[in-house]
Amino acid sequence: MTVSDRLLQQIALSRDEYQLAVQRLGRAPTEVELGMIGALWSEHCGYKNSKPLLSLFPSTGERVATRAGEENAGAVNIGDGLLVAFKIESHNHPSAIEPYQGAATGVGGIVRDIFAMGARPIAVLDSLRFGPITNGNDGVTVEDVARNKHLFRGVVAGIGGYGNCLGLPTVGGETVFDAPYTANPLVNAMCVGVARQGQLVKARADGAGNLLMVVGADTGRDGIHGATFASVELDESSEERRPAVQVGNPFLEKLLMEACLELVERGREWITGLQDLGAAGLTSAAVECAAKAGTGIIIDIRQVPRREQGMTPYEVMLSESQERMLVIVKRGQEDKVKALFDRYDLHAAIIGEVTDDGLVRIHDGDTEVACLPAALLTDPPLYRRDGTPAPAIAALQRYDLESLPDIAPEAAGDMLLALLRAPNIASKRWIWRQYDHQVLTNTVVGPGHDAAVLRIKGTRRAIAVATDCNGRLCYLDPFAGGAIAVAEAARNVVCSGAEPLAITNCLNFGNPEKPEVYYQLEQAIRGMAAACDTFGTPVVSGNVSLYNETLGTAVYPTPVVGMLGLIEDVDQRCDAAFRSGGDTVVLLSGGPAPAAAATLAGSEYLSLAHALTAGQPAIDLTAEAAVQRVTLAAIRAGLLSSAHDCAAGGLAVALAECAAWGGNGFAGALPAGERLDAALFGEAQSRIVVSLPPARLPELRRLAVTHGVTLTELGVTGGDRFCLGDVVDLALAAVAQALELGLPEALA
Amino acid sequence: MKWAVIVFPGTWSEHDCHHVLTARLEQRADLVWHKDADLSGYDAAVLPGGFSYGDYLRTGAIARFSPVMEGVARLAERGGLVIGICNGFQILCEAGLLPGALLRNDNLQFRCIDTYLRTETCNSPFTNQATSGQVLMTPISHGEGRFYADAATLARLNAEDRVAFRYCTPDGRVTPEANPNGSLEHIAGILSERRNVLGMMPHPERASEALMGGEDGLVIWRSMINAMQAARV
Repeated sequence: MTVSDRLLQQIALSRDEYQLAVQRLGRAPTEVELGMIGALWSEHCGYKNSKPLLSLFPSTGERVATRAGEENAGAVNIGDGLLVAFKIESHNHPSAIEPYQGAATGVGGIVRDIFAMGARPIAVLDSLRFGPITNGNDGVTVEDVARNKHLFRGVVAGIGGYGNCLGLPTVGGETVFDAPYTANPLVNAMCVGVARQGQLVKARADGAGNLLMVVGADTGRDGIHGATFASVELDESSEERRPAVQVGNPFLEKLLMEACLELVERGREWITGLQDLGAAGLTSAAVECAAKAGTGIIIDIRQVPRREQGMTPYEVMLSESQERMLVIVKRGQEDKVKALFDRYDLHAAIIGEVTDDGLVRIHDGDTEVACLPAALLTDPPLYRRDGTPAPAIAALQRYDLESLPDIAPEAAGDMLLALLRAPNIASKRWIWRQYDHQVLTNTVVGPGHDAAVLRIKGTRRAIAVATDCNGRLCYLDPFAGGAIAVAEAARNVVCSGAEPLAITNCLNFGNPEKPEVYYQLEQAIRGMAAACDTFGTPVVSGNVSLYNETLGTAVYPTPVVGMLGLIEDVDQRCDAAFRSGGDTVVLLSGGPAPAAAATLAGSEYLSLAHALTAGQPAIDLTAEAAVQRVTLAAIRAGLLSSAHDCAAGGLAVALAECAAWGGNGFAGALPAGERLDAALFGEAQSRIVVSLPPARLPELRRLAVTHGVTLTELGVTGGDRFCLGDVVDLALAAVAQALELGLPEALA
Repeated sequence: MKWAVIVFPGTWSEHDCHHVLTARLEQRADLVWHKDADLSGYDAAVLPGGFSYGDYLRTGAIARFSPVMEGVARLAERGGLVIGICNGFQILCEAGLLPGALLRNDNLQFRCIDTYLRTETCNSPFTNQATSGQVLMTPISHGEGRFYADAATLARLNAEDRVAFRYCTPDGRVTPEANPNGSLEHIAGILSERRNVLGMMPHPERASEALMGGEDGLVIWRSMINAMQAARV
């Protein structure tokens, strides 16, 4: 069989990769085989560009129960005989084409990953990136703004529509707007689940003779080539890819989730494996189960329940219809399993069985349409490329920030309000009030804080979860930016009183075949790995989303970090709000002098005031760890009334947020610094704003000294004004209003 | 006393209600699957929140045909207590156990926020432990909670003292700004003619533990327990 370039392009396989497949197979693949190879060798399923780099991540630790890549998600031990399984995953390209369904099925997919392990999902978080939704940004047209708003509204509605119906709380995440995400939004969904130790199920097809059962939705033509679609750049014809976007049915997913969890609870002995059908559908699910167990499988596609007439074997094997699971049932137990699903009015069809020959054989009735080794499919060619930084970046890093005029003292108050109103900093209440963030009654601290806190019923424990990434910083320096993403996520959970345990990540990058993008990917991974080593937080799961480009322009490198933290006693928690008047406000910081012009690198202020993204981001990981240790120890000792990460918008914004959220004003001296703009709005890392009763200050000081952390007294809480020296004097109500109205006004 | 917490396909507040009843209030409560029509062993039934049948067709429109609804109707007939929360309220309206209907929120969006409820009557098995006008902080979580009924029905509900709760400000003023969904006359919960069936959009089970942000919802559960104990004596 000679294959056309067009066919290879359709399945995103290069001519060389095709030749490799022919060579390994010893013959030309059939049409069905070629489709299966294309899907499993795609970046999305096969990680062919990223796998060698992912091995740089630390993956082990005392608490790690399921390592990255072993199963559908990673899991860590939180004590009391409980495991937490969690993972983050992208659904960027579908959301760019059809935002509601793209985002909805993104939530559906990650939730299936968690319950496929036998863990009960307890929370969802979403890390979102869109192009600007306000005019006046460089190079972003009025049409772009309108489209960005449409994508934003659609994605938010899709997440809510799916998650709310499913009965899972959406408890946190982040939403960032920046020009490089125009037309290529990022939609990363994270799910967190809980299981008893020993309860986790593997996605393995063990035991020749055991049966393969598909349960849940019928199979249709939707989403064919979805995995491939996720692994190419978007262009003008991408709209025509709409058939590659799946349509979600959250009600069916709810039934499937409850049925599968009941199966694990009641019928563990009836099955050997459970796997969700995600990217590349039945092909990926069945092949991966067989490859993991070192077995083979036979599937008769005629036994797969369809929702459409006349589907070809190719279409059945590559359909990405949602809300389907593969169950590996021990022979003889099939009636019990069927009866269980029947109670939920869910289809359960036996479609094949496990063999011991290591072959994946696909039958269409009596005709064999594919027969190839499972190992061939799960062993794609891996690429180790040479990255080089884009020359333009070096110039941006060297940009002389000192040469920028400092802000005039009389303009500082208005600039603060403008920053608070900026969609990147303003309250995201408009978003999360559309999400049920309380169902399952575990949400102790919900959206809008540094991290969400969820109690674990039946124990004193709680977990804290947060997602983080600053794409601008990663663009300016992917190593520092990657490290900062981990550091900030850790800082977020620490501010809630949790010890950082482990991370998941979603690596959103452009086309890795371009040396400057590969460089970003490699450096970001190295930076993240360094930070994970410092904080003792291994990477237990993750997802890679490459080719995030539209018409040749890549998104900012955006390695989103999802951090899991543990609070041993839920009463020893903290949040950002200034709880009471009369508290002393203190800045805990580490690392180099914080207020120089260099700290404006990649800051929100620089973007807003100077329409500039430039400078050299930096972090001292050892200093960062010390600041976090002091904060955590202080929270556990009950010293603090509040703790808040100092990030986008700098110290002035952090203080304003603490005041507005707590309904308590603030009066303090102007932070010291060489420049007013840097002192107020500089974004030096490793800084946490805390408040505490004055009587506890000596204890905090002792802790800070012990760990070599700088403690700077900033002022006092209370009253109804927000004052910084003699340059900022605002009504607290005006500060709160700017934060609250920023996003609704931008959308109006 | 024994509680049945009804589970329809797509219900999602059953564990939350069950947790409050058993762990917080030490009640005996079972999760009852919707295919079970027999509730003869129970004194009270909770129809929890969720998206029964995905809210496809119309909220509550399919669930009302579930076998368990016969049991719920019989329980109400014999004077047992029935509380429908959120989707449970919608189902009770569809089933004709309560008058009126719940329409799409006037803001056309799903809303999950804290709301405040003014207790409009203490003369019910659900509010006998409340003080008149007591304000209860109770969250809502719905896209279709705008209470609607025709003028005659509204007049009757008012005349018969069957409005249990109205949305209000934290200090108890019933204002348009405090109404989160455009409900007619700011109605958040109503009683049946015999006063033993309550439907309410807000979630008292989410306001029954200090750790979850408040305990105002406990007054409803405690009133029910009190009413059932009184009925036993």
